[in-house]
Amino acid sequence: MKNTKVIELEEVAIRFSGDSGDGMQLTGTLFSDTSALLGNDISTFPDYPSEIRAPQGTVGGVSGFQVQLGKKKITTPGDLAHVLVAMNPAALKANAAFLNPGASIIFDVDSFSEKNFEKAQYKTHDAFAELNLHDFVQIPVPITSMTKESLKYLELDNKSVLRCKNMFALGLICWMFDRPLDYIEGFIQKKFGKKSPLIAEANLKVLHDGYNYGMNLQHMTPQYIVHPAPIEKGLYRNINGNYATAWGFIAAAEKAGLELFIGSYPITPATEVLQALSERKDLGVKSFQAEDEIAGICTAIGAAFAGHLAITSTSGPGFALKSEALGLSVMAELPIVVVNVQRGGPSTGLPTKTEQSDLLQSLYGRNGESPLVVLAASTPSDCFYYAYYSAKIALERMVPVVLLTDGFLGNGSEPWRVPTMDELPPITPRRATNPELFKPYNRDPETLVREWAVPGMEGYEHRIGGLEKNAAGAVSHDPENHHINTQIRAAKVEKVVDMIPDLEVIGEPEGDLLVVGWGGTYGHMISSVNVMQDAGEKVSLAHFNYIKPLPKNTAEVFSKFKKIVVCELNLGQFASYLRDKVPGYQYHQVNKMKGLPFSVNELVENFEKLLEA
Amino acid sequence: MTKFNYTAKDFKSAAEVRWCPGCGDYAIMNAVQKTMADMDIEHKDFAVISGIGCSSRFPYYMSTYGFHTIHGRAAAVASGVKSANPDLTVWVITGDGDSLAIGGNHFIHLVRRNIDLNLILFNNKIYGLTKGQYSPTSDRGIITKTSPFGTIEDSFVTGQLVLGSRGTFFARSVDNNIKHTQEVLADAAKHKGTSIVEVLQNCVIFNDGIHDYITDPKFRAERQIFLKKGEPMIFGEQGNKGLILENGRLKVAIIGENGITPDDILVHDPSEDNLGLQVALINMTLPEFPVAMGVIRSVEAPVYDQEMKKQIKTVQAKRKVTCMDELLQSGNTWVVDGENCSEPVKFFDNKCFG
Repeated sequence: MKNTKVIELEEVAIRFSGDSGDGMQLTGTLFSDTSALLGNDISTFPDYPSEIRAPQGTVGGVSGFQVQLGKKKITTPGDLAHVLVAMNPAALKANAAFLNPGASIIFDVDSFSEKNFEKAQYKTHDAFAELNLHDFVQIPVPITSMTKESLKYLELDNKSVLRCKNMFALGLICWMFDRPLDYIEGFIQKKFGKKSPLIAEANLKVLHDGYNYGMNLQHMTPQYIVHPAPIEKGLYRNINGNYATAWGFIAAAEKAGLELFIGSYPITPATEVLQALSERKDLGVKSFQAEDEIAGICTAIGAAFAGHLAITSTSGPGFALKSEALGLSVMAELPIVVVNVQRGGPSTGLPTKTEQSDLLQSLYGRNGESPLVVLAASTPSDCFYYAYYSAKIALERMVPVVLLTDGFLGNGSEPWRVPTMDELPPITPRRATNPELFKPYNRDPETLVREWAVPGMEGYEHRIGGLEKNAAGAVSHDPENHHINTQIRAAKVEKVVDMIPDLEVIGEPEGDLLVVGWGGTYGHMISSVNVMQDAGEKVSLAHFNYIKPLPKNTAEVFSKFKKIVVCELNLGQFASYLRDKVPGYQYHQVNKMKGLPFSVNELVENFEKLLEA
Repeated sequence: MTKFNYTAKDFKSAAEVRWCPGCGDYAIMNAVQKTMADMDIEHKDFAVISGIGCSSRFPYYMSTYGFHTIHGRAAAVASGVKSANPDLTVWVITGDGDSLAIGGNHFIHLVRRNIDLNLILFNNKIYGLTKGQYSPTSDRGIITKTSPFGTIEDSFVTGQLVLGSRGTFFARSVDNNIKHTQEVLADAAKHKGTSIVEVLQNCVIFNDGIHDYITDPKFRAERQIFLKKGEPMIFGEQGNKGLILENGRLKVAIIGENGITPDDILVHDPSEDNLGLQVALINMTLPEFPVAMGVIRSVEAPVYDQEMKKQIKTVQAKRKVTCMDELLQSGNTWVVDGENCSEPVKFFDNKCFG
């Protein structure tokens, strides 16, 4: 009897990696969903190249998908993988730096050929030695030839046969992690069953053969058992940040009693928001795929003028193109939400990689004094709530809102306890109610918000536009009027502070070090702060979701700590914003511009250094 | 019998009109206001959207809902307005710089989508608001402030662009011919889909007289041909000149000469999907031809805003998900209800919203 090694880990990170055409994203997603169904808490991180099909076998064409599963609440997809599935030498090379010491590497030995070594630019034919992977568990599996052998009995062309390779790997990993295959089988049947039963059969056959291969050769396979995490009771689903964002807006429209309009242009990594909303004609969503980014926001502004909840979604370069129109919505004081799923910049930059470098663009990237509200989501699932709240602020305060997410949140997924609509706060759009008293720029004395009268409402006919106006809505070049209106527009945004919660401190309210983060880094921030706290350090976390305006108690929170460190995936944009808005503190910085999330280890190292100094 | 008995006055706002004395815009605005009054549609359902330029001040002078947007983007903003609320009657006021230069992309895509808007393009072949630079419709060689030695580029022909973008409606008129402009606008308003009306408009300050050769009322009959559905394409002081097709090309013929009879003259049918002939009519220039005025093309095609409405209705007729709660609970979900599980916390409670 062979002895199976069972490794019990609290958390385990698995990375699937291959050519961008190898189906790694699907493999990873299916594995994550299967795990989530078993009750594991999971967090995923797709990492794919910007070229849809980069040259096969090259390092640039490697597509990866990492999933972390665990017993406790998982907040990150894991810095370093415990298991790597590498479909070719390029995938091994691209991921060598992201492996836990002693990790297991399952690789397609068939693809470790001279030709592929050359494509991935190895100097020798001993990939493992060259990459210094001596202490790693090497698991060579002839994935390509086994897949071919497995499908020999079917009359399938070579291309279709090779496209089943990922199912072999998936079957094998499912065996390793003791996952049942029924969910995946159901998925394959649904996807191919009716259209091409032959392809369905092939995928199922290879999936099972992969699973059985793992079972048969268990003498060489370390097995991981990962226990379900104890979490909140309720109904759960797996959701990624882009879907959560899209759904947040549908929920907001329903709550507000308005129709939802999205005008948008496809751009990585934000496209999925437009797709997710285009799917929802059943809920009456009007989706308009515009001719460009500018038309995306301009159609949204038009829809807002016509009385809809109107949004547009984009990423950094598209956000830049929308700047002028965003200024129009500031001036016209129309409620729109612009979602910026940030990616690496400047220019085209790193389209598929994450970064937080559009913060200052969001705050200031327009002509004139052009204040608006800026929010940032911090986990894939809370994108739902921040999208919802962005819409609430826009509709109740007649102001454009920028919602910042990022590639990591947008593509990353996690199990989410779904709320019911009655858990969400009411949304009361500021519709005009008295035509006798209506003037376009009459304001509520408390909130400074104007009223929203839309075409079709009788007795409210009026004109707005990009030119400065007086309260009655007439064009005005009066110096005093512009001076005052500029201040009013700024004050109106500041008054949104009354709608936002106090800044929360995670950990003790005072201590040696306050770690400050914002937006999509939350998972890694909280994990690293937990590590410090477990080690007995007086370290707490303050993570910002409300960027403009900042929570009321920000300065008070900061005053209770000896040191403050601001961690962000840029050169220090939030830190410089805090220096301006919350002066009087020394803000240390941890910055990373690699197109990747923070790793818990690097954060911990930085915090330790700061405490020693 | 009309329902509302509006007059042009009902569409004038209290704002002081600030175009230059003698500007062609005044006449066009009068025609628009008269057309709107005649449409017999409730005042509250009109929206006038403009971009940037002299003509784009237009909404301020109207008493309807109006939105003076940003340079080049009126077509995009109006597309959003009409898609959101197809019950509105939406007019776009724009110029040659606004729609054919900075807003060229929105213009062609608006036309391609065939959204039910009426767009009036004031073509004065110059940038007026910035004080006299050449525009995309300025003729090659024109001397302006930014082309002191003459331009070295050819101009757009608006109608070509519209038909090249699969336009369903294109008409042309002249600012000083209010009655005809009004007729054309009425046809544009009736058309289901994007109606583009190019009005040859005179800028008295920066390009005075640019269209005079065509528009001088003294020579109107000789230099313009007024195309009407179902009528022969006849023009001239004597009414004896007409258009015929010869070897596939348009030609001016004189009735009674060379054996030409009235039956040989082409009969105008804008509703016929005949791109070749319609482009040829658009392309006619003096002195060989008269310049074509009136509705040159008006064909039926699916209308974007109606299709959007219809698609939602079709999907909803068979929908399984009828509200957000159902969407949240649809698809792959699972229940967590273990012993060591905690009670759920509402997100917005958790975040202590006041």
